[in-house]
Amino acid sequence: MSFSMRVVLGFLAPKLLRALVAVWLVTTVVFVVMRLSGDPVPLLLPPDAPTSEIMRVRRDLGLDRPLPVQYAVFAANILRGDFGRSIHFREPAFAVVRGYLSATVELGLTAFLLAALVAVPIGMFSAIRRNSLVDHAAMGLALVGQAAPTFFLGILFILVLSLKADLFPTGGRGDWTHLVLPALTLGAFAMASIARLTRSAVLDVLHADYIRTARAKGVAEWLVIAKHTLKNAALPIVTITGLQFGTLLGGAVVTETVFAWPGIGRLAIQSIYNRDYPVVQCAVFLSAIMFIVINFAIDAIYGLLDPRARPR
Amino acid sequence: MASSIPAPVLADAPHAAAPARGGARARRTARLVTAGLAFVALLALVAAAAPWLAPHDPTRQALRGRLAPPTREAADGRARLFGTDQLGRDVLSRVIYGARVSLVVGLAAVVVGGVVGATLGITAGFRGGVTDSVIMTLADAQLAFPFILLAIGIIAVLGPSFPTLIVVIGLSGWVSYARILRSQVLVLRSREFVDAIQALGGSVARVVLRHILPNVLSTLVVIATLELARAIVLEATLSFLGLGIQPPTPSWGGMIQEGREYLDTAWWISTFPGLVLMLTSLVVSRTGDWLRDLLDPTLRGE
Repeated sequence: MSFSMRVVLGFLAPKLLRALVAVWLVTTVVFVVMRLSGDPVPLLLPPDAPTSEIMRVRRDLGLDRPLPVQYAVFAANILRGDFGRSIHFREPAFAVVRGYLSATVELGLTAFLLAALVAVPIGMFSAIRRNSLVDHAAMGLALVGQAAPTFFLGILFILVLSLKADLFPTGGRGDWTHLVLPALTLGAFAMASIARLTRSAVLDVLHADYIRTARAKGVAEWLVIAKHTLKNAALPIVTITGLQFGTLLGGAVVTETVFAWPGIGRLAIQSIYNRDYPVVQCAVFLSAIMFIVINFAIDAIYGLLDPRARPR
Repeated sequence: MASSIPAPVLADAPHAAAPARGGARARRTARLVTAGLAFVALLALVAAAAPWLAPHDPTRQALRGRLAPPTREAADGRARLFGTDQLGRDVLSRVIYGARVSLVVGLAAVVVGGVVGATLGITAGFRGGVTDSVIMTLADAQLAFPFILLAIGIIAVLGPSFPTLIVVIGLSGWVSYARILRSQVLVLRSREFVDAIQALGGSVARVVLRHILPNVLSTLVVIATLELARAIVLEATLSFLGLGIQPPTPSWGGMIQEGREYLDTAWWISTFPGLVLMLTSLVVSRTGDWLRDLLDPTLRGE
């Protein structure tokens, strides 16, 4: 027990350290960028505010203190979930961003499930019927899907499936039809990647000696595939699929903007236009933290499932 | 049984496309690489010769000729193959000029990312120890969060300009160079010729520049090609979000953004620059894959 605990800790500790360094990097870059953005006080006050008022606000915000102290205060505030007040919405930035979070999570999860449920069967079929017409078509499409810029894919979907064919609404959040095009757009890259990687994972297993043995023993082909191949290809597929979930978040900014989806990605872009930096920082910070936590969790689960992924 | 579990594959299985050294397969790959490079050269030529190639002035507005569909012969008797936009500007000419922004930002970003990434990667591999740990922890940390979000934050504050875009897009890609070059240098460093040169009094700089760098050059070219595709798409994405090159300078991402509102009545404004962008991204990234197969099959899976 103590031995396996040590193994687990020895394996998790470096990954945890890496995640913490990432969190610290995000915090620091957000701080540096905020300082670079110049004095926020003129944005908060009317242009004709007297000097005494400006000095008072500067003191309230702690801007008269030395930079290292400001950095410490900033970090401490973030730990408490205090990102300052939104200039545009006139309430705490964290509360604003939290209000938009559910739409992003809904879109992200749908896109991820759609990608995995479509791509894994296609990848498997492509591997089993290697060099068939379906294989070539699916893999060609996957290459295009990986190379296509997310935002243009969204535009094409709107043009063809919404404006011309009138199958889905062009944007906004509502019933399930509103979810289809954004989820397809956001999930396209992940779908393409998962399909290609599933194919090569299954191909890898199909070439293994134990598959040949099973066939030589006269095991029915469908049983070879169902029992021996899928079971052994499952781990890499699950890992790859999980890792794609993290990359989805980066695409959310673009997809939400294209489809006017009221999530934190679109909020971040709109807040940039509004010069509402507290909201931008909070949205960027929370997205980065979600991304880091998800990647850490997948890394950890993978390592626990597969002993060979741990350092010897 | 644990031993029956295959090693996880993180990219195409090797047998999906066997290493292309020797034989008909290598010749075919070489031809594909040539075709891909020819495409990039053609694009560069189009960008450089834009003033002579573009049939119209890309910024000249013609309010009476707004939103005109693609035609071989417009009212003035001249072709407008890609139609005109909401201000009556010729879309084809703007696509041609837009190639300049894509290529200049893309290539410059690749140089920035390549220099930073190669320097850090070679240093990490050559020095080892604490230097290596610090650099690689930074690399892992950067991979641990979506850089596009930070890029958006940074550009939002600093304001969009060519230098800002190039540095931000360039730095977003340094990790790929650093990680792969580090592992190659680790192998090279332990080879006898490195010891021999140092025993003969060769300085570290000499070893790295004259003996390590030439050995990792083909790897560098492969990563740079794949990174070029990524940089071009990232630039277009930022321009689309209004954080890239600002109007009236034509950029593909910006054109797609401008045409969005007219998608229902004038599909051509967004669609043509989008298709050209998609084609460029596809061809450049495939060229990178083919180059990798040709020069360095061991890189598969990175």
